Parts: sequence; C-alpha cells; structure tokens
Amino acid sequence: MRPFTYMRATDAQSAVRAAAVSADSHVRSPVQYLAGGTTLIDLMKLDVMRPTQLVDISRLADSRMREIEATSAGVRIGSLATMREVADHPAIRRDYPVLSESLWLAASQQIRNMAHVGGNVLQRTRCAYFRDTSWPCNKREPGTGCSALDGMNRWHAVLGASEQCIASYPGDWATALIALDASVETLSEKGPRSLRFSALHRPPGSTPHIETNLAPGELITAFLVPAGAHTRRSLYLKIRDRESYEFALASAAIALDLNGDTVRDVRIGLGGPVSVPWRSREAEKLLVGKPLTEANAQAAAKAAFAAARTRKHNAFRVPLGRETLVRALMQARSMEVAV
Amino acid sequence: MSAPVPPPQANMGQPIARLEARAKVTGAARYAADMPVTNPAFAYLVTSTIARGRITGFDESAARAVPGVLEVMTYRNRPPLQPIKHFLEGGSALTGAVALADANVTHEGQIVAMIIAETFEAARDASHRLALRYRRESPAATFGSRGVVVQRTAEVIPMRKDPSLGNADAALKGSAVVHDAEYATPTQHHNAMELYSTTAQWLGDELTIYEPSQFVYGLRAGLAMQLSIPPEKIRIVNDFVGGAFGGKGAVTQRTALVALASRALGRPVKLVATRDQGFTISGHRHETRHRVRLGATREGRFTAYHHDLWELNGRSDAYVNTGIDNSAAMYAFPAVMSTARMVRADRDPPIFMRSPPEVPVMYALESAIDELAFKLAIDPVELRRINDTQKNWVTDKAYTSRSLMPCYDAASAAFGWKNRNPKPGAMRAGDWMVGWGCATATYPTQVSPAVARVRLSADGSARVEIAAHDVGTGAYTVIGQMVAECLALRPAQVAVTIGDSVLPPGPVSGGSVTTASACSAVKLACDQILAKLGIAADAGDKQRAAAFDRLKTGAIEETGNFVPASSESKTTAGLYKGSVDITGGPNAANGAKTMFAFGAEFVEVRIHARTREIRVPRIVGAFAAGRIMNPRTAHSQLMGGMIWGIGSALHEFTEIDVREARYINDNLAEYLVPVNADIRQVDVIMVPEVDNEVNPVGAKGIGELANVGTAAAIANAVFHATGKRIRELPITIDKLIMG
Repeated sequence: MRPFTYMRATDAQSAVRAAAVSADSHVRSPVQYLAGGTTLIDLMKLDVMRPTQLVDISRLADSRMREIEATSAGVRIGSLATMREVADHPAIRRDYPVLSESLWLAASQQIRNMAHVGGNVLQRTRCAYFRDTSWPCNKREPGTGCSALDGMNRWHAVLGASEQCIASYPGDWATALIALDASVETLSEKGPRSLRFSALHRPPGSTPHIETNLAPGELITAFLVPAGAHTRRSLYLKIRDRESYEFALASAAIALDLNGDTVRDVRIGLGGPVSVPWRSREAEKLLVGKPLTEANAQAAAKAAFAAARTRKHNAFRVPLGRETLVRALMQARSMEVAV
Repeated sequence: MSAPVPPPQANMGQPIARLEARAKVTGAARYAADMPVTNPAFAYLVTSTIARGRITGFDESAARAVPGVLEVMTYRNRPPLQPIKHFLEGGSALTGAVALADANVTHEGQIVAMIIAETFEAARDASHRLALRYRRESPAATFGSRGVVVQRTAEVIPMRKDPSLGNADAALKGSAVVHDAEYATPTQHHNAMELYSTTAQWLGDELTIYEPSQFVYGLRAGLAMQLSIPPEKIRIVNDFVGGAFGGKGAVTQRTALVALASRALGRPVKLVATRDQGFTISGHRHETRHRVRLGATREGRFTAYHHDLWELNGRSDAYVNTGIDNSAAMYAFPAVMSTARMVRADRDPPIFMRSPPEVPVMYALESAIDELAFKLAIDPVELRRINDTQKNWVTDKAYTSRSLMPCYDAASAAFGWKNRNPKPGAMRAGDWMVGWGCATATYPTQVSPAVARVRLSADGSARVEIAAHDVGTGAYTVIGQMVAECLALRPAQVAVTIGDSVLPPGPVSGGSVTTASACSAVKLACDQILAKLGIAADAGDKQRAAAFDRLKTGAIEETGNFVPASSESKTTAGLYKGSVDITGGPNAANGAKTMFAFGAEFVEVRIHARTREIRVPRIVGAFAAGRIMNPRTAHSQLMGGMIWGIGSALHEFTEIDVREARYINDNLAEYLVPVNADIRQVDVIMVPEVDNEVNPVGAKGIGELANVGTAAAIANAVFHATGKRIRELPITIDKLIMG
C-alpha cells in the first residue's frame, strides 16, 4: 500500500469537489471514494490500486444517501445504505425479493455490514491476473496484454468479453438491478444526473481499463428501481461450488409477470461468466407471450448464451449458465406470490 | 450440526473441556505473532514471480527511499548461513536449498528479498517498489509438462521399496473380474488459519524465536546449524499453534533470515508472511496420479492389487510419500505389485499435509474397490467384509488390533445403509439426485520417543512439562488428564506447560504421534514418582502427604524417558538433537506387529439435477483407535477430520497457470474450504477398542484418521447419485455438467 492522504468529507458536495481531478477513467483517478472499503483497501494492499487521496464518504450529512424509500412508483435506495440494510428492508423483501436475495447471497454477514450498495456495484473483478501486479493485464495496465486468455480461466467471462479482457464482473446486486431496469443517480461538480443502470458499466472492448461511464470523481448517490407487476414474482438464484461465501459460477435474476401460465413480462439478469452486469433481452423476447414451459425456458436459455465465447477452462459455464436460467425460471413460475 | 459432549464408553477417559478453551474463544490466547517484544522492526518478504531462471538485476533505490526502511536483504548482502538437510535426508528442513543463496530461481514464490522497516506498512510499500529483473526460462509445471524428469522412487531413495507380494500380474490375468482405472489428486495447501510468522529476538548471544511450529526441537536444531551457534543458545516458543496440518513441521527458509536481520539490526524483527506467500514458502500437498488394477473372483475375493503411483515434486529435494505400504495392508490381497515414481518439475518443495500418503492413495484404492463392487454386483460393505483381514499380507505380520468391520457395522446401522437402492441414479429427493457412498478410513499407528518432566507437590498439585505442541488438537488437555489419571488427581490440580524448547523434548507433532508418545513419557514419569513415594496411584491425600513427610520433601520431580520398542535409535538422545524417530504402521520393526487405526465413513450427497452443485447433507463416521483419552476432544478431531475430508473431496484445489508454473487462487476467497453452511449433520461414533500392544497408554493417533476415506466415500456417493464416476479430485460442478 502506498502512502495516501485521507480526507473525510462532510457532505456530498464537498466530496465531489475534492474528487474533481482529471484522469483517464473513474476507476483510475488518483482520488478515490472510501466507504466500506471492502474492495478498495484490498486492492491497495495488493498495489493494484494506487490512489494518492481517499475521500471518506461514510459519514456524509446527506441523509437521503442512506435512506430507502418505497413508494407506489418504485423504490429509491441511497447509495450509502449497507448491503445488510437493503437486504433486510421489509418493503424490498416483500415487493422486490430479487434485490434482497442478491444481497443475502453475496459475501458474508461481516462484509454485508460494512459494504454499501453504491460501492458494491463498482466492485472490481476477481481475475487473479488483475489482482497480482506481476502479470500482464490490460485492465490494470493498458496495452500489456491479457494473461487470462490462455491462462487459468475457470473464473472468466463467456459473455461480453473481448480479446483484450475476459475478466468477469463478480457482483450479484448489479445483476438484480439490471434485471429490474434500475437507474442510477449521481453527483459531480457539474451537478446531479441520472443514467440507466444498464449504461453504468462498459463492456471491456479494447479499453478494459475504463470500467464504467462515470466521469472521474462522479459519485453514485442512489438507485431507483421502478415498480411493476413483475417485481413481486422475482428471485435470485446463485450457483457455486460451496454453499456460501463464494462468487457466482452462474447466477440468474428473474422478475416475472404471469397471466395464468403465459408470460406477460419477464426480466432476466445473468451473473457469473459475464464481463459486465448482463441483461438477456434475447431470452426475454423468446418468452413474452408464451407459456412458461420447460421447452420454452430451454429455448430462452439457449438464446441467452448463443453469443458465448469460451476459453480452455470456462466452457462449462455455458451449460451451467443455461441450466441456472432454466431452473430460475421454473422456480419463479412456481413461486407463491401474495397479491 | 450438533456436537454434544460424548459420554465415555469402555476404554475412554473423561470428556473434559479443553484447558485453553476459554483463552481461545475470548482472544486471550497468545499465538506466536502476538508475543510482545520491545521495539520490533517488521520484515516483509519479496518472492519470485517466475518459476525458473535467474535474477539479472535489482533496483533497490526506490525501496530503500521509502521512509522507515532499514534494510533490503538479498543474496548480494545476506550474512552467512550454513546449509541444512532436507527432512527425509536426516535433517529437518523443508528444502536443502539455502535462502537467498544466489541469483537462481527454482520455483515461483521463492524468497528473493526481505525488506525490514520500522513498520509493516513501510516494509510492504517498499516491497512493491523493489524492481527485479529476471532472465526467465520456460518452466515445467506439472505432469505431462515439457521438461519434467521422471524417476523411480526406489532408485532415488533405496529405503522406499515398492511393496510386492507374489505374482500380481499373473494373478490379474487369471482374475474373473478386473478393474483398471486412473485417478488424480490436485495440489492442496494447508491454509491454517494462523499465518506463517517468525519473531526473532537476541539477548547477547542468545536467540528467542516465536514461531508456530510442530517441532520446536527440530526447528532449534536446524536453526542452530544454519546460524553456526550452539542449539542451547536458541529458544523456540509457541504456546499455541493456530492450525498446522504439516505446514509448520519443517524448518523453512524464513526463520534464519529473520534471525539474521534481527542480529544485524540489534532489535527484534517480526515477520508475518501474507496468505499468498504462505502458498510458496512452507510447502503443499503434492499432486498425484494413480493407476489402480484390482482383480477378484466372481464371489468377490481379491486376487491381486497393482498400484502405480506418480508423485509431483520439485527439482532437488527428495520428498516422497508413496503410501502403498499402507494401502497394500488394508485387505487380504494375495498378490501385490506397485511402482512409485517421482516426477520432478519447477515447483516449490512439497511437504506433509494431514495424512500425506493416505489421502491420495486411499482415495484411489477405495474408489477402485467401489467400482469393482459395482462390477461384481456386491454391496461395497460386503466386498470389504469378504476381504477383511487380521494380518498384513505383504509382511505376514498380524495387526495388534483391527476393528474395521465393527466400524462399518456401527456406521452403516446409524446411516441406514440397508435402505440404499444400489442402482445408480435411483434415489431422488425432489430436484436433487441422492447418492450414498462409503469408504474405509485408516491411519498407521505410530509412536516416537518422548521425554516429560512431572512434578508432584505434597499439597497434591502437579506440573507437567514437555515440548509437545497443541496444534488445535487438545494436547494440553490430554497431557494434563494423563497426569491426573496416573496420580489420581483432579485435572484442575495439574498445570501443563508445552510448546517451548527449554522443556524436555516432545515428539514432532506429525504422524499423529503426540498423544501416544507424550502420554507414554508422562506415564513413566508419574510411575517413577509413585515408586519414590512408595504409594499406589489411588492412595488418598493423607497417604500421599505422609509419604512426602517420610521423604522429608515438599515435591518430587521425575523425568520420564519414553523409547518405544520399535524405535530405531533406542534412546531419547536423538530427540534432544531434533531428530525424528517415528515407527509403527505397516512396517513392523523389532518384531512389532502391524499397527493401524480404522474407521468407516458413510456419506449422502445431493446433486441438483439441473445445475449439478454437490452438497453433503449428512456424513456418519465410526472409528476405533484403541484408548480414547478424551472423548470430547477426540470427537472434535474426528468431526473436524471428516469436514476436512469433505473439503478435500469437493473444494480444495490449488489452480496452476501451467505456462508459468504459478499458483493462481492463492487466497481464501478462491481457494475454497467448506464454510459452516456446507456442513450439516456430522455424526461421530467411537467404537470401543482395547489395544495394549501399540504403546504403553494403548492409544492410536486420531489426528489424521477421519479425513482419510472421505473423498472416496463422496466420489462413490456421486457415482451412486449420477452414474458418473469422477476420478479426479476435487469433484466440482464443471466435471459433472460437461458431457
């Protein structure tokens, strides 16, 4: 860990002022926000992230950034709510179970108590080649190459990856947010703005070091999840080698609106072998207006992974991803939902 | 999961709680790195990022410029060190290679520099700024890699003869049913919760080392040799060891470096290696490959056992495990053939890890037996019963005791095995495929010389001192209980001091010898005390007080020198010099019989029909191991062993980038071990067994018993659930969902 200066911001405005510096991307800015620190501090110890200044936002006076407000229009979740607070919130558990479950199935209780949902969506890849500075890595040091392409890539993406980077996005909560058409509120020196959650992350392409469309110093202040007939029949299914405390080998966030057996509306987020939070509109399209049968679910799952590109050690994640999606759809179909 | 206090049965001691339980759960227990020293400097290791080649240059300027950096030690300025021998070549070292000797790099993660600074943070920061240049050569990572060298183990180490009996190949040819298959086990790492640490403190020419160690006398001897100072000038202290599993048994390179740095700086130096550095500086369980051929008659009588074994090793040290001596003794094999080979690659030196040979070899054999049982359409328990034996056929020596089938019967009844539908894929619970499997657990019963000092005072208080180690097993407690039992005291009257090289030498905490060996020495000392007092063990307080009065003394101190009949050295002198002298198991010496502990494990696995994740809702193990000193700590060890076995079967696997021969998942997020949610019902049954031949206390080691066989039981259950046989550990989703 390299020496850095530490500043505790008193409110969001002063935080974004302190973080307003020029950099080639949000994640590589020399000024980084510190909230729970569950990713940042780890990566600083590993010398992967080398910020020169940390702006502590964990005690901002802006109470709205910690609040969870559920209305008939949807739910607004402040970015400084902890994972635990959101996972436990009664309205979220009742009306948006996929949001609660995606958090419950992530990390450990200790981490869920520390980490905030704003920082959670910005958690960085677990790619071993990224996390060890002795390996070439385009994400960490643009232009050096991708060690994972022909390396030990059991943990790497089959959807959305590029020849420059096959790192997977490890989060669960983002998979639920993208499925529910969430949007993100941010604040920067230029003022507040809102963007669709699906526009927050950038696929690696030829610039894997630019992970989001946030400007350097732009601060996430809240998430907005619109209400809808689909959110109550929703769930998050996460498959992994052990029962808990592991990143997803495959996951699916499902929100389903059924008319009898027929799909009126469905939202599908996929996690695990994806380079960014993933929405499968191909699968959704195949299901809408049709009965949710095993065969239709299989066809949707096939479509969801049609674009998959596998490497030596991650080919299993295609059949696993498909089966995970089918299982999640079937489980959502049979969910008991209070009206 | 529940763990009630098990009531003692026949030939079992009292189930008292661990003496140090409260200290551990409240955080009061001080581990080696917690020991306070005055004004320490902090060391941080720099390890190689290539597996093979040479260092061609350092740029130390940026590292030395970090405020607080005191020294950057490399091969260019390291003070002199003498070589020591590998532990299988008469020494006590993980490797015969001297730390920071020259520019050569022989494995990834080799120590190439050590930075010492005023703070841990400054040392770590400087480590990131130390620029090293390498000339890399293409490394050989594993089996099948270009550049590996294959040697017959028996040719390199003549002591390691391949066991053989009769003409196994002819017997195989003539067998009605033959099973022939290959099995593989991966690299695994000990990953004890307590990291590898060393703190060195000099007082004049006397050196104190705080380090978690499974053998303080071995560490002292090795360090003395490296530093060219008398062993008496060194003291090794570790009150507690936070898990070891073999990773803390040998002298590793770090200790001497920290001692040198401390001497040069004239102040204590503390090193706590990081989790990822722990993957390359203190050994690992090596990869193995097996070809197992079993022959049988139609009725299920074994006709031949042929086991070919390949063990992956580093380039220079002679580490081997084999273990076919043990597996060949398991059943009535009338013909045995085996070959062990070591395969040398550019890897860090392997070392013992909990049941080193038994885990891979018994996984292969017990899987093969299950496969053969399926071919024969004989229940796998019955196949083992048909071939049960009370002697080791290879050596023709009887077992001192062997309760394998009673273990099977007890565990099978508790599990409900009779309700098993033998057809693979026939059992189902909703969306989950259900499989039941079983396998044999075994561990050789071994023993070592040991010396213990016991003092009994007239007031009935006692003190026992022995440089044994509590690696989490309950050694404090059973050593104290032994004194209490021999002298008819309450456990609370006995103070136990262990884990310090100023005490009389205990055995290495390896080979599951601690309880039998240390307690045998304790028993001798106690018997000597009673003899001096001229009273019986169960004499009351009054008689004891009168005896002390007669002798006109307030306390009697006696040293028990225990040398097992099978000992090679016949004295405890070697122990004082840090030599390991472990005997027993399959290779009976001095007329001794075959000595093993046994168990039988039954598991249920559930595998999701779609996504194929594997869960273990219940596991039942029954074990017979002679005298059980304390059924509570024994229960804990056996339960922990089975949980370890579940991890070994389903989770633990060190991933390697074969291009660079480098470990990839060197952290506890991606190197998986079971978490609480993985462990549901674990039932431990202790089958009473009396064996007065193994050692004076009649106890068989159990620390490495219960994790043997678990992997095969799970693999067998996975086959039963799915019809798919996985012959490569760990058994993970990818292997079940592909093809």
